[in-house]
Amino acid sequence: MSENRLEVRKTYKLLMNGAFPRSESGRTYEVVDAEGTFIANVAQASRKDLRDAVVAARAAQAKWWSQSAYNRGQVIYRLAEMAESRHDEIAEAVEVCEGVKSKEARKSVSRGIDRMVWYAGWTDKITQVFGGANPVAGPFFNFSLPVPSGVVAAIAHPALSFEGIIDMVFGPVAAGNAVVLLASTERPIPAVLLGEMSAVSDFPGGVLNILTGQVEELAPVMASHEDIDGFDVGHAPEAERAALISASAGSIKRVFEGHGNDEATAMRRMRTFIETSTVWHTKGQ
Amino acid sequence: MESLHSQLGGLQYDAAPESAAIANIQKEYGLFINGRFTSPADHKTFSTINPATEETLSMIALADTKDVDAAVQSAKRAYEKVWSKTTGAQRAKYLYRIARLIQERSREFAVTETLDNGKPIRETRDIDVPLAAAHFFYYAGWADKLSHAGFGQDPQPLGVAGQIIPWNFPLLMAAWKLAPALAAGNTCVLKPAETTPLTALLLAEVLQQAELPEGVVNIITGDGTTGVALVEHPDVNKIAFTGSTGVGRMIQQRIAGSGKHLTLELGGKGANIVFEDAPIDEVVEGIIDGIFFNQGHVCCAGSRLLVQESIAEDVLRRLMRRVEQLRVGDPMDKNTDVGAINSAEQLARITELTAAGEGEGATRLTSTCVLPSKGYWFAPTVFTNVSQSHRIAREEIFGPVLSMLTFRTPEEAVQKANNTNYGLACGVWSEKGSRTLWVAERLRAGVIWANTYNKFDPTSPFGGVRESGFGREGGRQGLEAYLNV
Amino acid sequence: MLRLVTPESSGIQIPVRKNLPVFLTESGLRTELKKLSGVDAVGAEARVAKLSTRSLKKETKKSAINLAISMVDLTTLEGADTAGRVSSLCSKALRPDANDLTAPSVAAVCVYPDMVATARGVIGTSSVQVASVATAFPSGRASLAVKLLDTKEAVDAGADEIDMVIDRGAFLSGNLFKVYEEIVAVKEACGSAHLKVILETGELVTYDNVRRASWLAMLGGADFIKTSTGKVGVNATLPVALVMLEAVRDFAEEYGEVVGVKVAGGIRTTKDALKYLVVVNETVGATWLTPDYFRFGASSLLNDLLLQRSKQQTGNYARPDRFSGD
Repeated sequence: MSENRLEVRKTYKLLMNGAFPRSESGRTYEVVDAEGTFIANVAQASRKDLRDAVVAARAAQAKWWSQSAYNRGQVIYRLAEMAESRHDEIAEAVEVCEGVKSKEARKSVSRGIDRMVWYAGWTDKITQVFGGANPVAGPFFNFSLPVPSGVVAAIAHPALSFEGIIDMVFGPVAAGNAVVLLASTERPIPAVLLGEMSAVSDFPGGVLNILTGQVEELAPVMASHEDIDGFDVGHAPEAERAALISASAGSIKRVFEGHGNDEATAMRRMRTFIETSTVWHTKGQ
Repeated sequence: MESLHSQLGGLQYDAAPESAAIANIQKEYGLFINGRFTSPADHKTFSTINPATEETLSMIALADTKDVDAAVQSAKRAYEKVWSKTTGAQRAKYLYRIARLIQERSREFAVTETLDNGKPIRETRDIDVPLAAAHFFYYAGWADKLSHAGFGQDPQPLGVAGQIIPWNFPLLMAAWKLAPALAAGNTCVLKPAETTPLTALLLAEVLQQAELPEGVVNIITGDGTTGVALVEHPDVNKIAFTGSTGVGRMIQQRIAGSGKHLTLELGGKGANIVFEDAPIDEVVEGIIDGIFFNQGHVCCAGSRLLVQESIAEDVLRRLMRRVEQLRVGDPMDKNTDVGAINSAEQLARITELTAAGEGEGATRLTSTCVLPSKGYWFAPTVFTNVSQSHRIAREEIFGPVLSMLTFRTPEEAVQKANNTNYGLACGVWSEKGSRTLWVAERLRAGVIWANTYNKFDPTSPFGGVRESGFGREGGRQGLEAYLNV
Repeated sequence: MLRLVTPESSGIQIPVRKNLPVFLTESGLRTELKKLSGVDAVGAEARVAKLSTRSLKKETKKSAINLAISMVDLTTLEGADTAGRVSSLCSKALRPDANDLTAPSVAAVCVYPDMVATARGVIGTSSVQVASVATAFPSGRASLAVKLLDTKEAVDAGADEIDMVIDRGAFLSGNLFKVYEEIVAVKEACGSAHLKVILETGELVTYDNVRRASWLAMLGGADFIKTSTGKVGVNATLPVALVMLEAVRDFAEEYGEVVGVKVAGGIRTTKDALKYLVVVNETVGATWLTPDYFRFGASSLLNDLLLQRSKQQTGNYARPDRFSGD
C-alpha cells in the first residue's frame, strides 16, 4: 500500500433510536485534538434532536425493561466484547482527544471495559440486592421490587472521554433505564465510538442515545423536558448545576450530583435511578 | 313491579362519643426547642381549631426566621455534641422508649388527633396511633444494625434533618419522619402542619418523658414562612417533605445547588383497577377504604376507580348502596366512618373541583347523609361518566370524591392507570394471580395494593415515582433517606 | 346536574318473583354456582373486624338485646337430654326472665326429633316455634331414606322447623348434585315446616365454599341457611356470617326469595350477639332484623342477654343465679 494514500475520514453522527442521523438542524461543529489539530466536523444536536432522542428512549425503555434481566446482562456483556475487540481504536481516540500517553489511554479504556463487565453482572442482581420481602404485621405477602425510573439524561464527563461515561450510561441502563447521553463537547469521539458499537451489539434501538453538541444549549432543555425522569448533572459545569437542578424540579426529576467514578458513587447513581415499587397481596384460603 | 326493600342500617345507633376529657389540651403552646417549650421571638401566635365544630382548641406559637435558626442551632449542637456520639444501641433504646410512651398514652393521642384534625376516632385509635408507635419500634431496631442495612460497612448520618409534614396524618407523619432519622443518627427540626400541630406538641412531651437529649428533636410550629425558613437554613443538611407536588417542586427549586439531601412524598391520583373476576364484596369495601378513608385526605387515595366494563353497572350499584350507608358526622363518635374536612380552605378546593366535574359533564352521585350545621363537611361523592380529560380525573382532589371510569382489556386498564403525572399508589382487584402480577409490573406506582387498599406498615417502603416524589419511607429503604450513602 | 343517591339504593331491593330455577343435572348446577364471585378471606375478615368496633349505647343497646333474645333458638342437643330438661327449657323459652315479664320470648326451642312431642306439649300454640334437628344430625351420615324418615317423624310429632345437615362429604368431593337433591327431597318432606339447612361451615373451611354451599342450599329450597351443628371444632364466626348474609342478599335480589340466616355454636355473650346484629344491620338491613330471618342457635347466650338486659333496665349488675339454668 502506498505510503501517501489519502486517509478515508469518518463522519461522526448522532446515535438515536439505533440509527445514526445527522442533526436535523444540519449543524456541525469542529472537534480538535489536544494539540488543536482538526479531527472532524461532528454533528451538533439541536433541541429537536434531543426531543426525538427522548421519544426514542421512552419507547425503547419499555422494551428493554421487558427483557429478562439475564438477557440485559448478556447484551451489556456483548457490548463489552465489542469494545474489547476495538480496544486499539478506542484507545487511539482517547489518546488523541485527551492528549494522554498511549499507555494511559489503553489503561483507561481497559478500566472502562472492565466496568462495563461489572454492570453486565448487575442486571440480574439488582432485584435481589435492592428488593425483598417485607414482614408486614398482617395477612399480606408484601414485596419490594426495584424498578427503573424510566428515561435518564446525562451530561458526560468533560475530560474522561470514555472511562468517564461508562458509569453514567451503564449504571442506569443496567437498572433498566434508557439513557440520553450528551457527550463531552470537546472530546466526543470515544462516546460516538461507544454508540457505534452499541448499535451492533443487540441493544434495542433507543436504549442508548448519544448526542454531540453544546452543553449550554442542550443541558437546560434536558432539565426542563418533562418526559425525562432522571438527570445526571454530576459533570455539568459547576456554574450551571444549580440552575439545572432547579429546572429539573419542574417535573420532580431524580437528580444525581455525584462525580467520582469509585464504586460507592456508582452504587449511589444506580440507586438514584431505581424506584422501589412495593406490592401487597392478601394471603387467605 | 311490587318489590320489597330492606333498609340498611335500620338499627339506628345512638351517639357513642369518646370522651374528650383525656386530651388535656393546653390553652397555648410554645416552640419545642432544645428540650423545652419556649416563646417565639416576637410572640406571634395562631389558633388551631376543631374542624368539626370550628371552635378554637389552642393558641400556637408562630416560629419566624430567628426561631427557626434557634431550632436548627439547637439541633446542630445536639448532633455535634451528643447524638453523633451516642451509640446505635443507645439511640435504639430511646426510640423504644418513645414507642412505649406513645402506646401508653395512645388514647390521649387519638383523641387529640381527632379533635385537631377532624378524622374519626375509630381511625386515630385503630390506625394512626398504633402505626406511629410501630414505626418507632421498627426503626429502633435498625439503630444498632445500620452496617447490615445494605449501604456499606459504616454508613454515616447526614446531620440536621429539616422535616415538614402535612395535616392529613399529623402524628403518623411525624413518626415516619422522626423514627428513621433518629435511628440513622441525625437530629431533627420538625415542622407540623399549620392546621394540625397538637399531636406533634404532645409528642414533644413524650420526648421529654423519654429523656431524649435536649435538641435532638426540635418541633417548631408555624405557617408556610416557617417552612421556607427551615428549607433555606444553611445548617440544615437534609430536607424531608410530605405534602403537595406544588410545594415539593418549590422546595426542590429552592435548595438546588445547596448540596442538601432531599426526599419528597407528594401528591397522587391513584387508580383502583377492578377486573370482572374480582371478589365483588371485598372490592366494594376496598373502593370505600380507598377513597373515603380519612375523608379522602390521603395522598395515595384510590381516587380513580377503573372498572372492567362487563361489571361496571353491578359495581356501581353495590358501591352506591355502600356509600349511602357511610356514617358521616361527629369524628368523636365511635361509629363515625367519615369525619370533618380538615379546613375551610380544603373544603373550598373540594367544592371547586367537584363543581368543575359537573361543569365538564360528569354525573355526580352524592350521599344523602345529613351534614352537621357547624364545621367543615363534604358528603361522600362519586362521579360517573368521567372521561380521562376531566379535571376530576387528573387533579388531586384530596377529599371524599371518587371518579369512576371503565376499561375493557388489561392493557387499557394499565394505560389509563398510568395516564397521569403522578405515580404514588394503585390498586388491582382480581382473583387471577397471574394477571394481577402482570398488571402490577406495568403500573408506574411506588405502592400497589392487590385485593386490598390503603394498608401501611413500618416494614413496607412507601413513596412515589414521577411527580409523586422520590425517596421511600418505611422498611430498610427508608433508612437511605437519612444516611450519607 | 347533581344526582343524589336515591333512598332505594341505600338498601336491598328485593323484586317479588318466586320462581327458583330447577336443576336436573350436575353441570347445570355447576354453571349456576360458577357465576358466584370469590371471597377474599382477608377482606371479609377485615370487614367484620371493622364492624365489630361499632359501639351500641343506650336505647340502641336495649332494643338490640331484646331483639337478640327474640332471635334465640334455645337449644339442647345432648345425648343426656331428658323430658324434664326439655320441658324446663320450653318454659324458659316462653318466659325467659321469670322476674320480668317484659322480656320477650325466644324464637324457638331446638331439640332432637324424639323430644319434639315433649316440647310441643309445653309450647302449645304459642308464638315460640318448635324446631327439630333431623337427617342424621349432626354428621348426616345416613341414607336419604333414613334422612327423610327422620324428617317426617319430627314433622309429624309437631315440629314447625327442621334443621337438616348437608352431606359435607358429597359437597367437598364435588358431588354437588347429590347435596342439592337431598335438600330438595327434605324440603318436600318438611311439608309446611320451615327448612333450615346446616352447612357446617367449619368443615367447608373456605369462604368460597361457604358462599357456594349457601347458594346451593337456597336453590334447593332452604328457608334458612345455618352455619353449624355446634358439634364440630369450628362453629359460627363473624366472617362466615358475613359471607352467608351477602349470599342471602344477592339471592333475594336475583330470585326474589328472602332466606333467613341462623348462626349457631359458640355464641355465648351479649357482646358476641350484638356484633352479629351489627353485621346483619349493615349487610342486609331491616328486613332481616327479625326472628323470621335471623336466629341465634344457642343455649348459654340467653342468660347473658338477660343479665345485660337487667343491667340496662335497672342500672345494676345482676347476680347470674337470678336467671334459671338450662
